[in-house]
Amino acid sequence: MSAREEILGRVRSALASADRTESPVPRDYRTAVPPGDIVALFAERLVDYRAELTRCTPDSVPAALAAALGPASAVLVPDGFPWQVPGAVADTGQTPVELDRLDAVVTLAALAIATTGTIVLDHGPGQGRRAVSLVPDLHVCVLRTDQIVPGVPQAVAALSPDRPQTWISGPSATSDIELDRVEGVHGPRTLHVLLVSP
Amino acid sequence: MSGTFVGMPAFPAAAREALSDAQLRRNLAHATSTIRAKRAAVVGEVDEWEELRLAGAAIKDNVLHHLDEHLLRLERSLTERGATVHWARDAAEACEIVASIARQHDADEVVKVKSMATQEIGLNEALAAHGITAWETDLAELIVQLGDDLPSHILVPAIHRNRAEIREIFRERMAAAGRPAPENLSDVPRELAAAARLHLREKFLRAKVAVSGANFAIAETGTLVVVESEGNGRMCLTLPEVLVSVVGIEKILPAWSDLDVFLQLLPRSSTGERMNPYTSMWSGGTEGQEAHVVLLDNGRTRALADEVGRQALRCIRCSACLNVCPVYERTGGHAYGSVYPGPIGAILNPLLRGVGVDEQTDSLPYASSLCGACFEVCPVRIDIPEVLVHLRSQVVDAHRAGPPKGEAVAMKSAAWVLSGARRLSWAERGMGVAGRVLNRLGRKVMPGGRRALGRLPWPGSLWSNARDVPAPPAESFRARWRREGRR
Ligand code: SF4
Repeated sequence: MSAREEILGRVRSALASADRTESPVPRDYRTAVPPGDIVALFAERLVDYRAELTRCTPDSVPAALAAALGPASAVLVPDGFPWQVPGAVADTGQTPVELDRLDAVVTLAALAIATTGTIVLDHGPGQGRRAVSLVPDLHVCVLRTDQIVPGVPQAVAALSPDRPQTWISGPSATSDIELDRVEGVHGPRTLHVLLVSP
Repeated sequence: MSGTFVGMPAFPAAAREALSDAQLRRNLAHATSTIRAKRAAVVGEVDEWEELRLAGAAIKDNVLHHLDEHLLRLERSLTERGATVHWARDAAEACEIVASIARQHDADEVVKVKSMATQEIGLNEALAAHGITAWETDLAELIVQLGDDLPSHILVPAIHRNRAEIREIFRERMAAAGRPAPENLSDVPRELAAAARLHLREKFLRAKVAVSGANFAIAETGTLVVVESEGNGRMCLTLPEVLVSVVGIEKILPAWSDLDVFLQLLPRSSTGERMNPYTSMWSGGTEGQEAHVVLLDNGRTRALADEVGRQALRCIRCSACLNVCPVYERTGGHAYGSVYPGPIGAILNPLLRGVGVDEQTDSLPYASSLCGACFEVCPVRIDIPEVLVHLRSQVVDAHRAGPPKGEAVAMKSAAWVLSGARRLSWAERGMGVAGRVLNRLGRKVMPGGRRALGRLPWPGSLWSNARDVPAPPAESFRARWRREGRR
């Protein structure tokens, strides 16, 4: 018997005398939303996990990008990213070793979650493949205030499982040494979000 | 993990050794109290927490009760999205599958995302036997691997090590595994983390094959989810050409939309954060990667067959029950002799392996004071005390045929004494004399100022080896009642 058949058989015999009626799943949590201004909440929670935040308007994005990138001279800019960036390098399918030589990456995001201060990339236009927002040490992400949803349930409902996703809450961190949180292990050590209000 | 738990002494012996290690107890007390406070704060922010726990338990129960259908659905979704699905009855079969995939790609090393399933099956040792080196990339796992040590916590496997010990491990061991630790490395956590970043980066950039587990596997969409903090997970999941994910068959969630429960429950319960820094979700071969998924049984169907114990398969490995457990806090994880320590380990190991097979496993259901704190914090409401009591009766049944256990002898004689008023009063008088002497001799002082006895002679030693026994009072309640009560 194949492993597949044997495991399925074991599952079935384990459940032979089990009560298999469905347990009802309460779903009221889906309508719970945080009180107050979700943009302010997002900003507070993002900074709480040591990401950097700059509020800007559509006109001030280029200047804010230049400021956030600082001295970075090789910046990966994914296809579909709508602004000009100094030191831009197009995504030509660089190998991991080549990505490691870049200073920074700029991306858009699919949405953001207020209660957790999370940005979500679904790697669509302007967001790049998964490795480009991982290997360079500085990640600058441009987000519009109307992309912020209140909580995790609204985010899951809005996102499509047909796309790979990366949920990012602050810079890379570890608490493995005496439970002290340290920012910056393997992912970008700096996450800078430019939050654009209309 | 480079060491092995095989041949560990049973829990009481291992616990006694751990209790005598003052450094270990300090490290553990600090770490568990820190993480308890963080968890309590972020759980307190969520008004609908109890409802989320109910939802989490119900979703998992529904999966378990129809696990055969969900497994077939997951297999179909994964295959449609380009992944190759393998089935593994046990640890050896799973390790063999991973090794053969690595060999097909001429890989003599793999990078690994922290994963309980791969530790459970002893993958690193099995790959080593095939000449393949497995590099752990989670910081705590790296500390454990370089230190030739054993993990002691589900979430923070090096919780028993402090910064000074970690610095020594890095300075002495990193060079043999690749890039050496920087000169003048201090014990500041930020510097230690930076040393790990440099050491591992060359491995990430050259690796051809990665091995991961999965926190969740969505039957409906074939989505695998990995929750992490450092970015080592993202490195392993996205950079190598080949990704093998070893997934326990209980990791399934029915639908994509069910993630909204678990992505709230898991981070707050485990690291005490509103959200962990990185969560990766993908289904099948993504961005040109070759994807393999190994569906692992290894005792899970045995646990599924146990009506009371089945609920342990809801576990999402958050480790909240470890951090609140008074027994775990004092003994640490190694005393449990398994990659699953603490309250969940005390039930999961006997459920996966079966009772009456080895002494170590049979001792685990007794490694608890049944205080119930583990159930209170469990995000999927596993009634661990209920399962512990159930398993204790199984252990007793399994040993019924053999010679009686010491505890049973002690309990039987206690029952004989307690059931007769005259016998009890004689026993009490003896205790009173003993109490007056022992109270003076008791070496330890317990909270409240009462003296505690050291180890009692056999058969009392079976009880006192792992517990402080209060010295008996000089006068029994019944004697005092006769003297003063009627006034
Ligand atoms: S038993 Fe519950 S509290 Fe313990 S690790 Fe599993 S899910 Fe977490």
